[in-house]
Amino acid sequence: MNSIRNGAKPGFWQILAIVFMLAGAYATYVRVTQGLGGATNLSDQFPWGLWIGFDILCGVGLAAGGFTLAATVHIFNIERYKPILRPAILTAFLGYLLVVLALMFDLGLPYRIWHPLVMWNPHSVMFEVGWCVTLYTTVLALEFVPVVFEQFRWTRALKVMRAILIPLVILGVILSTLHQSSLGSLYLIVPEKLYPLWYTPLLPVMFFVSALCAGLAMTIFESWQSSKAFGKHLEMPLLSSMGRVLAVFLAVYMMLRFIDLWNRDALRLLLVRRTETYLFLLEIAFFLVPMFLLWRKQVYSNPHALYGCAVLVLFGFVSNRLNVSVTGMEAASGTYYFPKWTEVAVTLAIVSLGFSIFRFACKNLPIFAPQPTVERHRSTAALPAEGD
Amino acid sequence: MPKAILYDSTMCIGCRLCEKACAEHHDLPYNDDVAKEEKLSAHKLTAVTTHGDKFMRRFCMNCISPTCASVCPVAALKKSALGPVTYDSSRCIGCRYCMLACPYQVPTYQWHSRLPVVKKCDMCADRVAKGMPTACAEACPTGATKFGERDELIAEARQRLAAATPGQYYPKIYGLEEVGGTSMLLLAAVPFEDLGVKVSLPHEPMPMLTWRALSEIPSIVSVFGVLLGGVWWISHRKEEVAAAERAEREKKS
Repeated sequence: MNSIRNGAKPGFWQILAIVFMLAGAYATYVRVTQGLGGATNLSDQFPWGLWIGFDILCGVGLAAGGFTLAATVHIFNIERYKPILRPAILTAFLGYLLVVLALMFDLGLPYRIWHPLVMWNPHSVMFEVGWCVTLYTTVLALEFVPVVFEQFRWTRALKVMRAILIPLVILGVILSTLHQSSLGSLYLIVPEKLYPLWYTPLLPVMFFVSALCAGLAMTIFESWQSSKAFGKHLEMPLLSSMGRVLAVFLAVYMMLRFIDLWNRDALRLLLVRRTETYLFLLEIAFFLVPMFLLWRKQVYSNPHALYGCAVLVLFGFVSNRLNVSVTGMEAASGTYYFPKWTEVAVTLAIVSLGFSIFRFACKNLPIFAPQPTVERHRSTAALPAEGD
Repeated sequence: MPKAILYDSTMCIGCRLCEKACAEHHDLPYNDDVAKEEKLSAHKLTAVTTHGDKFMRRFCMNCISPTCASVCPVAALKKSALGPVTYDSSRCIGCRYCMLACPYQVPTYQWHSRLPVVKKCDMCADRVAKGMPTACAEACPTGATKFGERDELIAEARQRLAAATPGQYYPKIYGLEEVGGTSMLLLAAVPFEDLGVKVSLPHEPMPMLTWRALSEIPSIVSVFGVLLGGVWWISHRKEEVAAAERAEREKKS
């Protein structure tokens, strides 16, 4: 509809998104009428599948650009990153909303999603996860809402938001740190089920550091996509320096992974010929290749090469989360799990929905626009500084 | 005092009367087809498994420090003082973390129900609360499944092992130390792994694994809060100083 009104023919990706969403709608019908058994290949031996592994674990991780950039701009006061802050916050906010949506599919009794807020068990990681999702989604909504206020020129509301911005950003960073790491902590309880190439007492740390990498990669990815979609100028110097930061983060992450494998005497497992070994090597390659490439100026200053590296990191991140949640758990489960088409359909529909809402928001809200109201206030306050 | 069950595989004749009594007590269907299913499911809370001429029982081990109860975000699963690990379906949200976490793969789910709940052996908590033995123990014709005080049953198991003729028993009481101890104690003639029992489990209670991470939360919150607030103060302080110096310079010139 939107594209017809704009006088353009719907493109390949729009049609694909519509197909995915229709398939997802039918899969939703199957999920509601036939329960989890009809809509998934999950079983008593394999209770968590694609929806947890991809929609939740990856969805939350890919939203990590939001808190990383919010901290960079507002806490570390590196103002030059401001132009890409809003798209990152929007991605994070959408990511979290979609995670909650995916949860509604995966929970057996989704209408009780609020139970952990009133029925406490502080010994449960899932309880922590539930609280983090709730609180951080609220924080993201508050961090995003000034964009809407600007659109409608509600200056008084904007002023209130500016007053609480810094505590809000700090709270957001803390909640994100807890949430990203707690998704790893979920798997601390399965030492004898998760394959030792992935199981480590450091899972929460690993999840946090890899989420930082994914957040940066996602920000580069979405800036590139947006510049293509909206003919927007690509903030290349910013993205280049982000690419270099990403290289450092990747190096730290890889160091942690290999030191941990060494300490647990798990490196010898790489000599075992099993599916897990190959999947592990593939995952590590997705991280190592961009890590080495991004040290080179030809790569980080070239938009296409930089984009390619970001995509590789995202692949590595997704394989890591799927390895921890699905493939690394298969051997010990005593069963075989591969997602049913309905599981895949729901996942693809949710991803398509995310892209569509992002597109819609970028077209109708000042996401990329130089923020007029805020800037005016700021420049009057800091006029002497500007004059230098 | 906590109750327990001692299941002695060497005395079991595989009559499956325990399965039948369990199904009846929990209002679940039981017939020849169900009897043939040698695995736990939402309609079969205990199963006798056949291993050549030997048998083993599968049921919830009702651990002393239950993993399921520690991971449940809404505290639907609870350890009672008498021993049973109970499940309150009215709290359950269906996250199935208990199923993922249970080291024995015991909790099962009503996968084909529109409003599914978790199913597992609850050591007949209602009967035990009234001072009665579990349905399975009451039904057992040979005494292979025996209900009683955990301490007394451990003492009895030790006696059986001590008085055994060579080859009668594999010299181990399963459930004494596994994952911090279980309410279900097992005896067998052969190594337990030959009867499909998981033997690689740590002796430390599993909930400690996640608790170590969870107990870091207060430190993370306070350290990150102070750190980020401090960084904000410093990074903006530079700006203030720079602006003040600039104003000074302009005044002079």
